Amino acid sequence: MLRYFLKRLLSLALSLVAASVVIFLALEVVPGDPAAYMLGLNAQEDTLNALREQLGLNGTILERYLSWAGGLLTGDFGISYTYRTPVSEMIGDRLWVSLPLALYALTLSTLIAFPAGIWAASRRGSYVDTGVMGATQLGVAIPNFWFAMLMVLVFAINLRWFSAGGFAGWEAGFLAGMKSLTLPAIALALPQASILTRVMRSSLLDTLSEDFIRTARAKGLTRAQAMWRHALRNALIPVLTIMGLQFSFLLAGAIIIENVFYLPGLGRLVFQAISARDLIVVESVVMLLVFAVIVVNFAVDLAYALVDPRLRRRR
Amino acid sequence: MSLLGIDRLSLKIHGTPILKDVSFAVDPGRILGVIGESGSGKSMTAFSVLQLLPNGAECTGNISLAGKDILTCSETELCSIRGREVGMVFQEPMTALNPLQTIGAQVAETILVHENVSKAEAMTRAAKALQRAELPQEKFPLSRYPHELSGGQRQRVVIAMAIALRPKLLIADEPTTALDVTTQAQILDLLKRLVAEDDMGLMLISHDLAVVADLADDLVIMQQGEVVENGPARSLFGAMQHPYSRALLEASSHVPDRLGEAHKTSLLQVRNVVRDYQQHVHGWWGATTHFRAVNDVSFDIRRGESLGLVGESGCGKSTLTRAILGLEEVQGGEILFDGQPVFTHHHANKDVRRRMQVVFQDPYGSFNPRWRVEKLVSEPFHLLQTPLHGHERENAVVEALESVGLGAEDRHKYIHEFSGGQRQRIAIARALIIKPDLIILDEAVSALDVSVRAQVLDLLADLGDRFNLTYLFISHDLSVVRSITDRVLVMKAGEIVEGGPTDAVFDHPNHDYTKQLVAAAPVLPVGAA
Repeated sequence: MLRYFLKRLLSLALSLVAASVVIFLALEVVPGDPAAYMLGLNAQEDTLNALREQLGLNGTILERYLSWAGGLLTGDFGISYTYRTPVSEMIGDRLWVSLPLALYALTLSTLIAFPAGIWAASRRGSYVDTGVMGATQLGVAIPNFWFAMLMVLVFAINLRWFSAGGFAGWEAGFLAGMKSLTLPAIALALPQASILTRVMRSSLLDTLSEDFIRTARAKGLTRAQAMWRHALRNALIPVLTIMGLQFSFLLAGAIIIENVFYLPGLGRLVFQAISARDLIVVESVVMLLVFAVIVVNFAVDLAYALVDPRLRRRR
Repeated sequence: MSLLGIDRLSLKIHGTPILKDVSFAVDPGRILGVIGESGSGKSMTAFSVLQLLPNGAECTGNISLAGKDILTCSETELCSIRGREVGMVFQEPMTALNPLQTIGAQVAETILVHENVSKAEAMTRAAKALQRAELPQEKFPLSRYPHELSGGQRQRVVIAMAIALRPKLLIADEPTTALDVTTQAQILDLLKRLVAEDDMGLMLISHDLAVVADLADDLVIMQQGEVVENGPARSLFGAMQHPYSRALLEASSHVPDRLGEAHKTSLLQVRNVVRDYQQHVHGWWGATTHFRAVNDVSFDIRRGESLGLVGESGCGKSTLTRAILGLEEVQGGEILFDGQPVFTHHHANKDVRRRMQVVFQDPYGSFNPRWRVEKLVSEPFHLLQTPLHGHERENAVVEALESVGLGAEDRHKYIHEFSGGQRQRIAIARALIIKPDLIILDEAVSALDVSVRAQVLDLLADLGDRFNLTYLFISHDLSVVRSITDRVLVMKAGEIVEGGPTDAVFDHPNHDYTKQLVAAAPVLPVGAA
């Protein structure tokens, strides 16, 4: 088990280094000089040079990469070209919105998908199954921004249960914060829950047709006991994979939903930074998202090993 | 009254008749052998007793177990019968256990489901059940997971689960079909001992007459959902009445006619071949260890000869086959085909490769399901420097199909339209199409029913004579090897331990291991048929 853990950890570190190189190089080849962009069309050459010096844009590629990567390690993400504030502070503020939102949405989607998937699988071919599958079809098909606007109309404008947008801030209290994240989280969770339900159902159906389920039934277990005790844990592996992918997506992919609800999250930050050609912010946020994806995958790998003893084998 | 009485049982699944008027009985302390080929309904009969049938199944007739009428029992009553009064052992030990639970927990579950005992007590009793199934605690603690055990050991776990509550009836559905001969003999002995100790009734289902003949007190022979013959084993083997049972018996001991004229010249020479596999690395920068799968193996196959290679799973048979086919490089020695090496400059020698073909075991997995037979059969053409095209190619496909007893029109069909035996014929046609000198048959008839197997063996013998083919026949089934080979090699742990004319080796084995194999192989009683 320790060996498996160390191996995964090494692969995590290598992935991070590789990702940082790719991100750095990709933004290096993008045309456009941030200094020229900031100073406008009529800037003098020596002013531009001075600004480039200040932003750390001079020097060889290797020097610039090392200073950027070294900064990342110590938590120094550099200074935003447009706002002139430390990028780490900007990201930190936004992370406190995006991370809880992603976790909230993932929790909702899991709470919907597990029971629905299990229910549909245990009544395969029945009206329940057909109904659940139809609903998930719809859930995948409906664009989440449209569903978000619909919810704003119903719950914010007509019923006045929630505010139509904006974030109350955690200073206003945990519940107030959660309340302003509720509608966005539901909008994000719906398509994810639909996908996860389908994965849960098909994985469970595959497992239920395995030989060891028949063995369990021959021991005298009821259909339900065989499912809960033997099938469910075996069915979890593909479900965990999808959950890992979904979490990464929720963290980074909420741009549209954040815009619909005027949430100051990471998605909106990247969106603004790209339009302002604030490359250092883009670089840092993308790196952070890559970090999140890799760490989540690492966690999923560890979860596999917890679920499946065959992966713990010390060979 | 019998322990299990089945009376005029009929079964339909979604209206399709599966069983018709099946009647037989199992008595305590006796072993009933149920024999039949695939599709004969023997497994469905077993599942009817436990009422573990697929959706849409409808049983009529009567099944009584120790006086209880199974067909009128509620699901709750059935759950308390399954595992407590009837235990069941399945064919495929590799998949019959939950991979995520320890063997202790899985055996203890049988007890916990039926009795209100503490987990600790259930574990103690599970340990006893495993002990009875000959998996002692010292060597196989309860905390083992299924993947840490071999096939035979897993089957013992399944048996321990089935007998943990000392049921009155044990149903074993092809319990040894997936196992090696020596393991098979051990498992059969174990079942026999448990039946005697617990005075259980055992319903032993098999396609293999010889396996059942050694063990059963009574026999039932089934064909297409019906019982065709029924009676005490001892008298039945001498006097089978039904034409199907006699055909089955004949097919089980079938020996194809062969001219068998081997030339003096060697076609394949294997010289001191060594095949190492690199195994895991110790520590991060530690030395790699090697596993020697084939160790200093030498033999010749003469042109026109049929050579058998027998040994248990993991002995290196398949590794050796891959080396001969030039699929993998060897670490020592050389393999010459008609004087030329099969492997040159780290690549398979194509000149040689096109003169050898192989037929594998699985008639289901070894074809691309999206290709028509024509394309499947003509695939080896890519080995030729000047592949045939157009009419010539079509004629070659038709000729190959006709030589294995299929029709020219079959070339337009897909593989799922054929039965297992027909698929194996197609595999042979695919091997024949480029007119090779050597055909390697890797367990080529192991998955087939006995009557189909007899036909395929006849076909192979006939083709061998017609096209002057040389066969390397790899199998774990000694009776098949005996019926079709001139010479045999016995392989154990990567080495050839004995070799010689087939009859001589099997009648007077010299090496201890060969003796073990021959002793373990089930045989039909003398005087049968």
